[in-house]
Amino acid sequence: MFDLKIPFTQYLAVDGTAIKQLPEFARDLTILKSMYRAMLLTRLFDEKAIALQRTGRLGTFASSLGQEAVSIGAASAMRLEDVLVPSFREQGAQLWRGVTMTEILQFWGGDERGSDFTGPREDFPVSIPVASHAPHAAGVALAFQLRKELRVAVCILGDGATSKGDFYEAINVAAAWKVPAVFIINNNQWAISVPRASQTAAATLAQKSIAAGMPGEQVDGNDVVAVHHVVSRAIEAARHGQGPALIEAITYRLADHTTADDAHRYRNDKEVSSHWKAEPIARLRAFLVSQEAWSKQDEEALLSECSAQVAASAAAYLAVRPQAASDMFNYLFADMPEDLRAQMERFLTDSQERTDG
Amino acid sequence: MAEITLVEAINLALARAMTEDETVLVLGEDVGLNGGVFRATQGLFQKFGPDRVRDTPISEGMIAGLSVGLAAQGFRPVGEIQFMGFIYPAIDQLVSHASRMRNRTRGRLTCPIVIRAPYGGGIRAPEHHSESMEALFAHAPGMRVVIPSSPASAYGLMLGAIRNPDPVVFLEPKRIYRAIKEDVADTGEALELDKCRVLRMGADVTIATWGAMVVETLEAARLLSAENISAEVIDVSTLKPLDAATILQSVEKTGRCIIVHEAPLTGGFGAEVSARIAEFGLTSLLAPIRRITGYDTIMPLYKSEHYYMPKTSRIVAAAREAMEFA
Repeated sequence: MFDLKIPFTQYLAVDGTAIKQLPEFARDLTILKSMYRAMLLTRLFDEKAIALQRTGRLGTFASSLGQEAVSIGAASAMRLEDVLVPSFREQGAQLWRGVTMTEILQFWGGDERGSDFTGPREDFPVSIPVASHAPHAAGVALAFQLRKELRVAVCILGDGATSKGDFYEAINVAAAWKVPAVFIINNNQWAISVPRASQTAAATLAQKSIAAGMPGEQVDGNDVVAVHHVVSRAIEAARHGQGPALIEAITYRLADHTTADDAHRYRNDKEVSSHWKAEPIARLRAFLVSQEAWSKQDEEALLSECSAQVAASAAAYLAVRPQAASDMFNYLFADMPEDLRAQMERFLTDSQERTDG
Repeated sequence: MAEITLVEAINLALARAMTEDETVLVLGEDVGLNGGVFRATQGLFQKFGPDRVRDTPISEGMIAGLSVGLAAQGFRPVGEIQFMGFIYPAIDQLVSHASRMRNRTRGRLTCPIVIRAPYGGGIRAPEHHSESMEALFAHAPGMRVVIPSSPASAYGLMLGAIRNPDPVVFLEPKRIYRAIKEDVADTGEALELDKCRVLRMGADVTIATWGAMVVETLEAARLLSAENISAEVIDVSTLKPLDAATILQSVEKTGRCIIVHEAPLTGGFGAEVSARIAEFGLTSLLAPIRRITGYDTIMPLYKSEHYYMPKTSRIVAAAREAMEFA
């Protein structure tokens, strides 16, 4: 039924040279440049977010340093009307889809309004719990199937998520019902301090698809050309009734798990620096330079443009007025139940008394 | 109008809701051709087809999680968990996602789902088939916990739950699925959620209860009336959000309160009802509040379950004691 061999796709070598003819889409260098821009913007955004956290102006934040190609390759393969169901390290994908940097900062800055996206209104907010968003993607995809809409739900989760039942339950039902969903494992090798090798004895994470009855494959997650190509193929197959797929994008988490983590406690610098050689942005830049499609001036111009955009977004985030205190009550239900209203009124009276006192 | 049982009333309400609203879906284990192990979904598969009445893999967390995804896309899924004893894998989805979705997206995405589960003991079922764990759900913010106690309330509350724009855990007292028959007209009229229902007026003692224990409680009230003790029986119906006002008004009148539930004592929802009375109705009390409940034990296997189940005699005795106290 399924080929038990798990294919692996890569187009760009670590040094940015093409190891085989690039897929059709990549012959248009303007598309590659837009992906390059998005990856760079994501990296600068992550840097800014960490700086804000270190200076006490943002809460805990999960950087995607080194993993930008997974986010951008996947999101760029989606149509706007598709739905993204992301885990918490996919800000690149969110930005590509039109979630604003200010919104993402708001969320990590402790303000629920950050998940009220002005852009992709049907996209899910990031899932902080690991893997429990996978069944949501199956549900969204079932909704598309029932309405006969040519849309796809795209779920991105981490390597650690593949050890959870929710992940298996979701891919199992998605395949059983052949719903249009694509599950992407962002395998960054580390689930906080637990390495991939301790996570599972399975030779690949992609092969977990075989048990579910859907195709699975691996892709070089630091090769944005490969990620975009493989994800596009899976999304279009799902869109046209061929059922779901599982893609394992192999990358490396160059950053700490979050700003609350210190990765020095469990992995050495040598390992990390060896992975810097394979990081996705330098790789695509090298390719673009080799095609004489990118210059030092282009790089400088892009850096300054993206930095300005990030700075403006951070400033906008810092200027956001706080929510009303009572907003913790206001959005829980469509109509506030009497019992909750009574609690809110007591809360407001208490706050008033504290202010007066 | 036809005399129907509680489980038939659930079925009637599901069919009604599915007829009126195309976005209502039924999903769960064995809900399709088999019509549910208790036949709550009988005939729906034939009437509405496999797209809208869907047998799922035996995967409770997924049933709830899938419902979250469907609901975000505008459907109104009614998920069946076959027995409450198997609902625990779904709690993560309910607590971590379903109940939070509206709040965490500031209303952008919502979660109008109903998760149904038969609960409670007394039907000589195997292990894990008889628990009453409603308090687990009542503690978690962002969802409603609704429990019917008769065919009519099952019909009305189920329609109310399905039409509600937020998540509802709908717990069905399976011991009385077929114990009572009453006339239920398929009018499409929902009962209002978030309200207690006064089932019997009385002047001397308030007895608040829900689910199958309504039967023992009404029987106790009947026995008490023979002793000239007038009991007011309140079916709490919606545990969360609690309609405390109805209970407090009753206790203000009677000065005595007994809370009856099948679930274990400690941290049971009776503790919440009791605390509300202590906080807001203390001065009306003539006697200590009493809770007649199950015990803090594992629900015994069926040969011993009758030892665990609260009995009419315990309710009657508690009422007498309250009367003797003052």
